[in-house]
Amino acid sequence: MNILFNGESRAVRDEITIAELLEELTLDPRRVAVEVNLELAPRDRHGETALSEGDRLEVVTLVGGG
Amino acid sequence: MATDAQTGSPETAAAADTFWLGKHVFKNRLIVGTGKYETFDLMREALDVSGTECITVAVRRERLYDGDGKNILDYVDLERYTLLPNTAGCYNAKDAVRTARLGREILRGLDNPGADWVKLEVLGDSKTLLPDPLGTLEATEQLVAEGFQVLCYTNDDPVTAQRLKRAGATAVMPAGSPIGSGQGVLNPNNIRICLEYLKADDPDYPVIIDAGVGTASDITFAMELGVDGILLNTGIAHARDPVKMARAMNAACEAGRLAYLAGRIPKRLYATASSPEDGVISSRPW
Repeated sequence: MNILFNGESRAVRDEITIAELLEELTLDPRRVAVEVNLELAPRDRHGETALSEGDRLEVVTLVGGG
Repeated sequence: MATDAQTGSPETAAAADTFWLGKHVFKNRLIVGTGKYETFDLMREALDVSGTECITVAVRRERLYDGDGKNILDYVDLERYTLLPNTAGCYNAKDAVRTARLGREILRGLDNPGADWVKLEVLGDSKTLLPDPLGTLEATEQLVAEGFQVLCYTNDDPVTAQRLKRAGATAVMPAGSPIGSGQGVLNPNNIRICLEYLKADDPDYPVIIDAGVGTASDITFAMELGVDGILLNTGIAHARDPVKMARAMNAACEAGRLAYLAGRIPKRLYATASSPEDGVISSRPW
């Protein structure tokens, strides 16, 4: 299935969870926050939150800023 | 502010003069941004000598194909600094609220005390980066309802400042001049009125100059007006020597604060002699 990952289309396996996706992308779950379809996806539920076709994901981290 | 800080020696005043910002307390009154440094190593050194205990960070999309893969968190001592996540780059209340939630989520994962607050920016115009007062007010109300301590970047308008305080803002942070412009405090009279209004029934209510600092004297001047702290980034990060400038900003902040506590003399049109009038051996030419 396809999801929209940070604004770009990305093919992922069906019913992948957020935790699995972060692991595949080698992202440290403590350093990112995830939003699915404009709603925050709390870290403690990443393991049980399965994604669906067309989901819009935002995966953000901290950068330098003022 | 503590009475001791107003009446004691400069050393006593400096020691007793703690900076309450919502639930957080600091000794140093600078909040320093982490953007625009040439390297993370340079940023780390500048932050160190600036004396700051509180640094701002931005929330951005994870870039999966980042060249060197470096993360700012590898260069920041989370035991030393309280992080203040911002909503920079947001042009409406909805996006600012989403960004604030995401920032809080990251900081909770890091176990940093900054997870309970946000520097709210809702911009109205990309050329001036001036705030959208209506969007800022709307986002403040929403974020306060969600339990955030909201530090509001705003313009120097005393009416907007009061509205934000009434909406529950933890601190109001008027811009001295546009972000990154280095023009210092352009309208000190508006800042004076903001201070008078915001502190009228609450002398400890934090008012911070956020944006516009170009050099050390801008900070001293702002602190002498009676603001509680300064938030700056570009003035250090883009100085020819950021580490040296960070040291200057730190000293300027302390100087301005002490001068404010000490109480300056009033400005007069005419001179008043410092040496006695009596016993002068010379004669006057008139």
